Amino acid sequence: MSQWEVVIGLETHAQLKTQSKIFSGASTAFGAEPNAQACAVDIALPGVLPVLNREAVVCAIKFGLAVGATVAPRSIFARKNYFYPDLPKGYQISQFEIPVVSGGGLTIQLEGPSTSSGQARTKFVHLTRAHLEEDAGKSLHEDFHGKTGIDLNRAGTPLLEIVSEPDMSSAVEAVAYAKALHALVQWIGICDGNMQEGSFRCDANVSVRRPGAPLGTRREIKNLNSFRFLEQAINYEIQWQINEIEEGRKIQQATVLFDPDTGETRAMRSKEDAQDYRYFPDPDLLPLEIKADWIADVKAGLPELPEAMKARFEADYGLSAYDAAGLTTSLATARYFETVVGSVGKAGAKPAANWVMGEVAARLNKEGLDIDAAPVTAAQLAGVIARILDNTISNKIARDVFEALWNGEGQDADSIIEAKGLKQITDSGAIEKIIDEVLAANQKSVEEFRAGKDKAFNALVGQAMKATKGKANPQQVNDLLKAKLAS
Amino acid sequence: MSLNLEEIGRIAKLARLELSAAEAETTLNQLNGIFGFIEQLQAVNTDGIEPMAHAVDVVQRLRPDTVTETDRREAFQAVAPETEAGLYLVPRVVE
Repeated sequence: MSQWEVVIGLETHAQLKTQSKIFSGASTAFGAEPNAQACAVDIALPGVLPVLNREAVVCAIKFGLAVGATVAPRSIFARKNYFYPDLPKGYQISQFEIPVVSGGGLTIQLEGPSTSSGQARTKFVHLTRAHLEEDAGKSLHEDFHGKTGIDLNRAGTPLLEIVSEPDMSSAVEAVAYAKALHALVQWIGICDGNMQEGSFRCDANVSVRRPGAPLGTRREIKNLNSFRFLEQAINYEIQWQINEIEEGRKIQQATVLFDPDTGETRAMRSKEDAQDYRYFPDPDLLPLEIKADWIADVKAGLPELPEAMKARFEADYGLSAYDAAGLTTSLATARYFETVVGSVGKAGAKPAANWVMGEVAARLNKEGLDIDAAPVTAAQLAGVIARILDNTISNKIARDVFEALWNGEGQDADSIIEAKGLKQITDSGAIEKIIDEVLAANQKSVEEFRAGKDKAFNALVGQAMKATKGKANPQQVNDLLKAKLAS
Repeated sequence: MSLNLEEIGRIAKLARLELSAAEAETTLNQLNGIFGFIEQLQAVNTDGIEPMAHAVDVVQRLRPDTVTETDRREAFQAVAPETEAGLYLVPRVVE
C-alpha cells in the first residue's frame, strides 16, 4: 500500500445540547413517544415561521473559540432542498455561503513512537468551517404493512456540522481526529457525545492517489456512528478504491453506506443522479449578527481548554505528557483530579494522577459509570492519598480503604481507618514484639535462614506482615527482622 | 440564457412534479420569461455593492432556549392521511 497516498476529510454532525429545537419551542429530549415532540414548525404546517434559538448560536460561538476559528459577524441561513418524507418542509435549513464558523483546527494525538525530543506524536488538522443546521426526522421502514413510518421528534434538533480539511492520511488518523473532536465538544459542553443516540456522527470523504498526483475522485461514506465503524469503513473503502484503480477502473464520485454486518461499503447513489440541492438564502430568516461583545461574553464563560490544561499539568505538577493527556480526556476527569490535588497539595500530584487513572478509572470502567457518578468523591480520594503521604497507611491498605469508600462503608478515609483499625504500625517497639512472637513460633524458618536459605527470610517477613494484618510498614519489618536475626 | 425541454424535465423531477408534454411546454415558456427578467436585473451595474441576504436590512431576532410547545400530536394526526403507533405513514421509501 506504500505506493498509494490516502486523503481523508471528515464531516461531523454534533447535536447541540439545547432544551428546545433550533427553530421552534419543542423539546429535544431523547426517547419521547413518536411525534410527541414535533410541533407545528417541525412538521411544517403552512404559515409557521422559524425563530432561531439563541443557545444554539452560543454553542457555535463556543466551538469557534475552542478551535481558534473565525466567528462570522454576520452569517446567513439557506435552504437546502431535497425530497424525503422525514423532511416535511422539502428543505433543510442550513448555512451555505456564509457559515457561522470558519477556519481553525485541532491537534490530534497519534500513536506510535514519540519524537526524538520525547514528545507524543501529534498532528494539526485544519477545519474548513462549522455551520448551524436542523436535523431531519427518522424513517422507520419495518412493520408497517409495506409503508414507512415517520417520527418527526428529531426534526429541527440543532446540529453543528463541522467540516475538516482533507488533512488525514489513514483511518487511524481519522479516528484520532474524530475522538479529539468528540472529546472537545463534550469538554465545552455543547454536545452530549452520545454516539448510540446519534448525537455525534461522521461522514468520511475518502480518496486515494499516487504520491504527488492530483487528488483522486472521492467517495463519501455516510453516517458512521462509532469509532470502530469509522475505522473499518475507511479501511475497506481505501482497499476497494485501490483495487478498482489497479484493475484499470475509474472511481466514480458517489455516496456510500457502510454495512457493519458485512464490513463493506456500497454505493447509495452515484454522481449521475446526485442531488442538486438548489441552495438559496432562506427568506424566513434574517442574517445572524454576532457582535464582538457577545463573543467576549461567551469566551469569558468557556472552561480552560484541554490543550492549555495539559500544558499546565505538565508545568505546574511535573506530570509526564502521558499523565497530563490521560487526565484531560474529559473535563470531569480533569476537574476531579484538580480537586484531589487542591486538597493534598502539589507533592501529591503524581500519586493523585496514578489513583485517578488507575484505581478510579478501572472501577468506573468496570461498572460503566462516568466520573461524575463515582461513588468515591474527589474529596474522599484526597483523604485516602493524604493518609498514604503521611504514612498512616500503606498503598496496599489504601486500596482497601478506597474499596470500603466505594462500597459506602464510611464517610471518609479517616473514619474507615479508625473503624477497621487499619492504621499502619510504625511504633518499632510494637513491631519488635510481633517479630519476637513470629520468631518463636517459626523456629524452623529461623534455622533454615541461619543455614543460608534466603527464602526463609521472606517467609518470616510474610508471617510478620500477616500477624499485623498488613498494617506494619514492610520496610520497617524488614530492617527490624534483619537486626534480630543478626543478633 | 434560456432553458430547453430536457432541463425542464430535470427541474420537474427534482421538484417531484409530473408534467404533461403540454405543461412542460408552458413551463418552459414561463421559466424562460423569468430568465428574461433576470437578464434585465443582471444588466444593472452592482460593482462595489455588498450582496444582501434578505430584502429587509435588519438582523435575526433570537429566541431564548426554553420549551414552549406542548404535545399536540393527536390534533396534528387527526388531519394526516394515515398514522399508526404515533407515526405518520407514507408510501414505502427505500434508499
